[in-house]
Amino acid sequence: MSKTIKLIAVACLVLLIGAFTIPENNLGEGYKIGDIAEDFSLENVDGKMVSLSDYNDAKGFIVTFTCNTCPYAVMYEDRIIALDKKYAPKGYPVIAIMPNNTSVKPGDSMDAMKERAKSKGFTFPYLIDAKQEVFPKFGATKTPHIFVLDKTESGLVVQYIGAIDDNYKDVSAVNTKYVENAVDALIEGNEVPQKETKAIGCTIKI
Amino acid sequence: MKSSVIRIVLLVVTFLVFSCFNKKNAKVLDNAEQKTELEIYDFERLEPILYKEDNTIYVINFWATWCAPCVKELPYFEDLYANYKDKNVEVILVSLDFPHQYESKLKPFIKERDLKSKIVVLDDVDSNSWIPKVNKDWSGSIPATIIYKDNKRQFYEQSFTYNELEEVLKEFLN
Repeated sequence: MSKTIKLIAVACLVLLIGAFTIPENNLGEGYKIGDIAEDFSLENVDGKMVSLSDYNDAKGFIVTFTCNTCPYAVMYEDRIIALDKKYAPKGYPVIAIMPNNTSVKPGDSMDAMKERAKSKGFTFPYLIDAKQEVFPKFGATKTPHIFVLDKTESGLVVQYIGAIDDNYKDVSAVNTKYVENAVDALIEGNEVPQKETKAIGCTIKI
Repeated sequence: MKSSVIRIVLLVVTFLVFSCFNKKNAKVLDNAEQKTELEIYDFERLEPILYKEDNTIYVINFWATWCAPCVKELPYFEDLYANYKDKNVEVILVSLDFPHQYESKLKPFIKERDLKSKIVVLDDVDSNSWIPKVNKDWSGSIPATIIYKDNKRQFYEQSFTYNELEEVLKEFLN
């Protein structure tokens, strides 16, 4: 009799564990436009921990989920550097976060990230979401995936979600610079003209 | 020695030429040709393929050779096609490879893997306009898959195992 109870208990446990493991694949909804983004503390390529609250003078952030191994992300690297160079002095620095599971993508390991940041001359922090807890909060699904945040009295408001521009292939053929338009609008105190855009990217590896 | 090689080559060429007149073999040749000549579409040309109403079950997978999870699940789509093509199921693999890698990566990949499913290549940079037309909930990550039959339609922004794929296909089989 007690054996049966034990068996039932084990079965219940297995089911319970099952129930809790399912949401791991379900990335949840993530931030919507107008939501307040939570701060985080992630390790940078220089070994230091970085939080958004470290940036006292920032008016907002260009949070960029990117990585070493996604060809789309690589094609946008120079444009991400250009964004930081243009907008960090205006109060909107780039914060790059590498969200992939590095055991699935060894090319995105901290060592590889350090190397890439050095060889490309990243002017911004390149953080690792080692516990993979930050990207689900944002609702990032791919690299590259951009979230423009605006600092207000009530917190960091998500003002733009999506792509950097409308031509991954050819920077000279870009028609609309989505992120620049968004940040320019925020700087001028205007409404962001296009708040959400879609682009192809590499699935974040979990 | 040299002349015998030439003779063999001639023989093979003659055989191939004659094979072409045979209707069945001509079809085989079509497939071989398809593997070297890519069908490159912009979204306007692709869209009708996503909305046919001909009682066929279409399994449409968005992938690329540079996308590791896509490459991993590709054999399952091939198997699905092999196992269900007689049941009115068509598999279309929509490659999102980069144009500068069509020759160096995509074509060799299709040849090496000997892919049997229909392959089309989508080259359309204005993804913000066409991604929502594929599915309003698609964030743009790949792999992504549509299964549809006439007006019934499902969209999956995820990877599949063979069993999972077969399971979702069964919802469309009568």
